[in-house]
Amino acid sequence: MKQENIRDHTERYLKIFSDLENIRKNGVFTHFRELKQNAIKNFTGTGFPTIKNEEWKYTDLSTLHEINFQPLLKFRDIKKDEGGIQDHFLGVPDSLRVAFIDGHYQPGLSDTGNHGSELLITPFSALKPEQYAELGSCLGSQISLTDDPFVVLNTALFTDGIWIRIPKGKIIDQPIEILYFATNQPQPGLIQPRNLIMVGENSQVGIIENYVGQNDAVYFNNPVTEIILETNALVEHFKVQSDSTRAVHIGTIRVLQHKNSNYISHSFSFGGLLVRTNINTVLADEGVECTLNGLYVGDGKQHIDNHTSIDHTRPHCNSHELYKGILDDNAHGVFNGKIFVRPAAQKTNAIQSNNCILLTDDATINTKPQLEIFADDVKCTHGATVGQLDEDAYFYMRSRGLDQQKARNLLIYAFASDVIDRISHEPVRGKISGLFGHKLKRVQLD
Amino acid sequence: MLEIINLHASVEGTEILKGINLEIKAGEIHAIMGPNGSGKSTLAGVLAGRPEYEVTAGEVLYQGKNLLEMDPENRAREGIFLAFQYPVEIPGISNSYFLKTSLNAIRKHNGLEEIDAFDFLALVKEKMKIVDLDEKLLSRPVNEGFSGGEKKRNEIFQMAVLEPKLAILDETDSGLDIDALKIVANGVNKLKNKDNSILVITHYQRLLNYIIPDYVHVLYKGRIVQSGGKELALELEEKGYDFVKENDLAGVRG
Repeated sequence: MKQENIRDHTERYLKIFSDLENIRKNGVFTHFRELKQNAIKNFTGTGFPTIKNEEWKYTDLSTLHEINFQPLLKFRDIKKDEGGIQDHFLGVPDSLRVAFIDGHYQPGLSDTGNHGSELLITPFSALKPEQYAELGSCLGSQISLTDDPFVVLNTALFTDGIWIRIPKGKIIDQPIEILYFATNQPQPGLIQPRNLIMVGENSQVGIIENYVGQNDAVYFNNPVTEIILETNALVEHFKVQSDSTRAVHIGTIRVLQHKNSNYISHSFSFGGLLVRTNINTVLADEGVECTLNGLYVGDGKQHIDNHTSIDHTRPHCNSHELYKGILDDNAHGVFNGKIFVRPAAQKTNAIQSNNCILLTDDATINTKPQLEIFADDVKCTHGATVGQLDEDAYFYMRSRGLDQQKARNLLIYAFASDVIDRISHEPVRGKISGLFGHKLKRVQLD
Repeated sequence: MLEIINLHASVEGTEILKGINLEIKAGEIHAIMGPNGSGKSTLAGVLAGRPEYEVTAGEVLYQGKNLLEMDPENRAREGIFLAFQYPVEIPGISNSYFLKTSLNAIRKHNGLEEIDAFDFLALVKEKMKIVDLDEKLLSRPVNEGFSGGEKKRNEIFQMAVLEPKLAILDETDSGLDIDALKIVANGVNKLKNKDNSILVITHYQRLLNYIIPDYVHVLYKGRIVQSGGKELALELEEKGYDFVKENDLAGVRG
């Protein structure tokens, strides 16, 4: 791609920024003016990455650049029972939930509870004026968000988002869900969700980020989620990406873990045409547990890129990472798993594996474990496998009367099952298992 | 039940079966014995429809139908069951789910209603007794972490549930100690009736002490070189396969 073209793409987003700034005199743009102006300045300097950048070597962004995505400004509120949007929630009914449609908060579809001032689940657009300053002092304050052009772009362009703050010593039984639903619009939409999740000392919570798109909808989803776990906090975090197969999704999750905290991530990539998910965790103190589970399933011409980074900075921390991929047709997968073990991080225990099966000769995967270890008393293992479906098992199943598609799908399901089985919350596991079954060309896995 | 006529089959261009002729009638037990590499397992694989075996000549009729034209899954649904020499481990799929799916695929094909979870459980509990299989193995992934004996018993347990018309036991005795061998053999005998047929493939005679065949065939270099009654197995046990090889050589010279 020529340099001037890259410049053009950057210019388009600068124009979007100035348009938004003009329109949104009193909204989020006013309250976060300085943050946003710094971000757009930063983005102007860097522009979009290209495949010459090592971090983007296998992910070409042409699909993103070919389309003129624009924020969808005109919008109406959707009623609770309209269009079956409710059915897309993964959590149990009556659990705390927030819905956005094409980036716009939907009070009618949301239930943020009534918990007093301590437990907070609030969309940015519904904050009280005095809360803006407080949010402003939290956004990006503990976690650095200035080193990735897509994160920076989100900071510049987000118009809404969700702020969840769990006070000390609170155990939330049911996961809190954030549904980002995208509709099929004539104008390809630009959606920049922003999530800030702060979990207090000794608290436990589940968070579901659920991205869903209508069939054939064309949009660019660029979410950024910050999660901060205070001492002893436990977070089970789900990211379920079921965007339209014509959508671009570049998502980033950045996690900061304080002492003895436990972060468990389950990342599922089912939808999207061009998809990148970055999950970066910093283990900032001793006794931290970090688990990253991932499952990516691609077919057609889907491109699914997972970049993870686990940064061990202090002693006595454990990280466990298991990613599995299933690629059919011409799908292309990328896995890059970085593990840093800093000089102070003695007694680190880090395990990583990425296993991928390719169902056709045209499906491809680029997989790269990347361990950078600067301490000497550590236990780190990594492994990557790429293979096909087990032919012996396939024949075994057929020889017991199972038809070819059923046998094939059961084997794929079996391959993926250990990732899905790691979800401790039974109803959510059931729903995600259902989405996975649906993705496997609608075969029933009763 | 089964008629094999001049069957030739190859693996990766090497001819393994060189003209097999064999007829098995309903209610009969046939044993095929032979030294290693004689083509025993290839024959089992061809009958079950293993894709890596290429049939180059001959035909196989099963209940009057051309077996070789049928997919492996349809052979199973029509009542053929292969007990694998090396049962395959399938992590992530429970033994009971797999078997229920299998049973229902076969029932559906034969115009029967699918069995529900409750009736299925009652059925498997009954059938597990036949091979003395631990109930815990039902919820475990298919064959994963099973001992060698458990895998073989699991094969016969599947056979008990699926009730095939023609069962092919491919070296089901290999790797079994004498107690396990008796359990497996007794299980097979309980499943035998006047309408179904069994083809026992084995290297050793000892299984045939417990599963008494009506006919014994000796397979050597891809051909059946000798057939007889159950006493042929004893003769082989006594004299070893060298006696067959000598006969074969004599035949070639003569």
